[in-house]
Amino acid sequence: MNKGTFSTDRRSVSRLLRGFNVGVVLVFCFLIFSFWRFQVGQHAHFLEMAENNHQRTVNLRSPRGVVFDRDGQVLIDNRYSLNISLIREQVGDLSAVLELLADVTTVDVGTLREVVESNSHIPGYRSLVLIRDASLEQVAGVSARALELPGVFVEQIPTRYYPNNNTASHLFGYLGEVTSAQLNQLTDGRLRSGSVIGQAGLELFYNRPLMGIDGTRKVAVNSIGREIETIDEVAPTEGQPLQLTLDLDLQRAAEEIFESGGYSGAAVVLDPTSGEVLALSSMPSYDPNDFALGVDEQTWKNLNGNSLKPLQNRALQGRYSPGSTFKIVMAAAALDEQIIDPEFTVNCGGGGNFYGRFFGCHARHGTVNLYEALEQSCNTYFYKLGTMVDVDTINRWASAFGLGESSGLDLPHEVIGLVPSRAWKREVKGEPWYPGETISVAIGQGAVAVTPMSLAIMISTVANGGERVTPYLFKRKTKGSDSTIIGRQTLDAIREGLWMVVNRNGTGGRSRIQGYDIIGKTGTAQVISLEGRELIDGSDEEYRDHGLFVFAAPLDSPRIAGVVVAEHAEHGYIAAEMARHILEVFFAKEEGRPIPNLQSPVLPAENALEMPSVVAEGQ
Amino acid sequence: MREVFNRRLYGYIDVTLLAAIFVLSSIGLLMIYSATYDPTLEDAGPQVFRQFWALVLGSLGLVVLLMFDYRTLLNHSVFLYMGLVSLLIYTLFFGVERGGAQRWIDFGFINLQVSEFARVVLALTLAAFYSDQRRENRSFLDWLLGALIVSIPFVLIVREPDLGTAITLLPVAIIIMVFSGLRLKFLMSLCLVGILLTPLAWTYALEDYQKVRIASFVDPEQDPHGAGYQQIQARITVGSGGLEGKGFLEGTQNQYNFLPVAHNDFIFSVLAEEQGFLGVLVVLGLYLFVIMRSLEAARLAKDRQGMLLVVGIVGGFVFQVIYNVTMSAGLAPVKGLTLPLMSYGGSSIIATLMGFGLILNVRMRRFTN
Repeated sequence: MNKGTFSTDRRSVSRLLRGFNVGVVLVFCFLIFSFWRFQVGQHAHFLEMAENNHQRTVNLRSPRGVVFDRDGQVLIDNRYSLNISLIREQVGDLSAVLELLADVTTVDVGTLREVVESNSHIPGYRSLVLIRDASLEQVAGVSARALELPGVFVEQIPTRYYPNNNTASHLFGYLGEVTSAQLNQLTDGRLRSGSVIGQAGLELFYNRPLMGIDGTRKVAVNSIGREIETIDEVAPTEGQPLQLTLDLDLQRAAEEIFESGGYSGAAVVLDPTSGEVLALSSMPSYDPNDFALGVDEQTWKNLNGNSLKPLQNRALQGRYSPGSTFKIVMAAAALDEQIIDPEFTVNCGGGGNFYGRFFGCHARHGTVNLYEALEQSCNTYFYKLGTMVDVDTINRWASAFGLGESSGLDLPHEVIGLVPSRAWKREVKGEPWYPGETISVAIGQGAVAVTPMSLAIMISTVANGGERVTPYLFKRKTKGSDSTIIGRQTLDAIREGLWMVVNRNGTGGRSRIQGYDIIGKTGTAQVISLEGRELIDGSDEEYRDHGLFVFAAPLDSPRIAGVVVAEHAEHGYIAAEMARHILEVFFAKEEGRPIPNLQSPVLPAENALEMPSVVAEGQ
Repeated sequence: MREVFNRRLYGYIDVTLLAAIFVLSSIGLLMIYSATYDPTLEDAGPQVFRQFWALVLGSLGLVVLLMFDYRTLLNHSVFLYMGLVSLLIYTLFFGVERGGAQRWIDFGFINLQVSEFARVVLALTLAAFYSDQRRENRSFLDWLLGALIVSIPFVLIVREPDLGTAITLLPVAIIIMVFSGLRLKFLMSLCLVGILLTPLAWTYALEDYQKVRIASFVDPEQDPHGAGYQQIQARITVGSGGLEGKGFLEGTQNQYNFLPVAHNDFIFSVLAEEQGFLGVLVVLGLYLFVIMRSLEAARLAKDRQGMLLVVGIVGGFVFQVIYNVTMSAGLAPVKGLTLPLMSYGGSSIIATLMGFGLILNVRMRRFTN
């Protein structure tokens, strides 16, 4: 090898080397500058992108507060339901996965496809519920084939559970996903799209305390979306538990009486002194469990399309003619305004002529005083009162008893009843009041239409010594006034009459229980009244009269008061018989005796509606 | 052979350079540990051990190469070259295929990637070829022959296919030629011709996946889950590291596998994410030191062939480092190009260490005749 010439071009070599060196240093400076720009200059931007890459926030739904009855029995609980969900981003071959899933869960593949398609707006990394409340068999099927079902997984969701199914369904209400209108309107910071809130009943009224605070879980996922670890978790806070005034046993009794006879209707049972609601039933009912995971279209259609309106809470939203139960108001008005005294008599010859028209009575009662008129429910006596008491006075007294007014109960969507007055007629019909109309009003017909709840308040007021109570389930809205609305003597007279209704030869004899001073008043409401016609949209069979019975017991120290409204039961004595079971259960419980079964089915009157098979099997 | 036992000679070994190389490969080992760490298993992958043994083997190779005078090796470079070409041809026919590329020869206990050794052999061959005295009046034929020498292994490696590794041969050849008197002007005009020929190459020479890679480099956001994905993720990885980094084993981009082949091509991104800008500064500083110190060996070289050998090896090394680091920040198209000394890869680490063995060899024998 020749090295001689190497020394001669050393100069050019070292120049090249210097150039090489400088070039490398420059490039390294550029690299360092680039890294500085990314790592320091744009650090925040890239850090956010990195976090978006690997962090997912999962919502942890909080269980709602548990609801108990007055004895601590669970009325509304929570359970964990299993949802089979899908994360589209992680699914390779969607149609193959859906087909296999349909196969292992025995669900129609078309249904699954539809769910995926109708939710195509949801981002691919979010989970999508394919099968709600999956059975254990379905979950087992999915777990067994998990490897072939990428992106499919089982979620546990706390779900509202109503262990007694249809019991007190109207009182409890139901849940539903928050609507966009509600999102705009409600100021609750916990609400977000997809939240489940109460949409009716107690669940709606007490949504704020019942609803817990949802938790969140921040998880790290890898590049294929698999959860690797939990970075941060805020546990969900369960909603506040509520203990209601409701008595589950009494509530059951208040529903059985309708079921046994196949009636629709409503019953309200109160503690007449405190206003505590002991039972509140409305039939037919529905199962709020159907709503817990979002009601399916078919169920919703059935409930809404049913002519019996099972979603309506008849106790608060049903407006019925009070019929003869309204005679309590008439008696109170006439007595307390000193228009008559209890010994005032009227001769009943099966009716009477008033203002040139004949108004009939259901019997010839002869000469009756107030007590007997109440006991026999003599219409003629009260027609006479109708000529003596002005309609506006009647209206004032009815309102004092709570009829045609808001009850103040802690439940939403209450409908206000109607007791006519001159002002009302002028406003609505643009006509003056005709005295003849007062005759119908005097026996609770005509334009009078009230809710069962307001009738329960009326009879409680009579029972407790004249104090208008405000019913409540959890919290009293306003403290009831201590002042009585009615004089002692008036009250005693009415109570005497109502005692005779049950315990002498009165119309409410079927509610009599030996040894208990029960008072009550039957009512038979014509459903073809003006107002009644509006409530009904159906065939001739549905024009059969309603039976009503208001009751309280015991006379000396009343602890229970209430109303039974049995639709199309023909007469109030049927309602009285139904109320008897409620009273029996109440006293049995109070005295620590076993709760009696419904002795015999309360059958509808002659020509009754067809009965459901349940009744045929009853004892 | 008496030199082998010449103790005085070993006194001239550049210990600082050796130390810097050792530190860099140790950092590389740690980063491979982190890149292959599986948080669910709480353990790193088997690559860490393999890399460790490759480092041991490479160090042995480095020591063996120190024992022979580099001039002896240069004198026999023709045989080395022929051996390289034969093995590359063997690879094409009997190589082990992985991921659609046939790049490895199965030696039972180790799979050797012959192409990784091509740079060193090429540097030896070209240094020997251009070591004669006719520096001032090189004929065009000299450059043509040089080009032929580089193009045979180049084409063979491209056929594997492994464009990334093949391209690393070019800086080795170009640097040696430039230091042998190739005019930069001539090089420039060659580049110009190359650019003019690009459309032709685009149509006929590039594989589809290569086209996609280049296209995605021009506009990575266009297809964030396709070819541009790696580039975007590389930028996120580096940028989210910040000044001080997320900490060892704490890099989310790395640990949750958002960065593909992190232990291999993107090892520097892992460093940037977990050790931050400060870690980047330290490692780039070390690389710069290694390069400058190696070029020092070229300046000190006793003869031209030693000088050419060193600049050839350093040229390939510099190209790889700069390209890989640029790519790690998402600033260059993704190529299967490793970061020498740090990336995972047995053949790469062994070949790199042997290359440094030659550089140390040249420096060590700067006083011997």
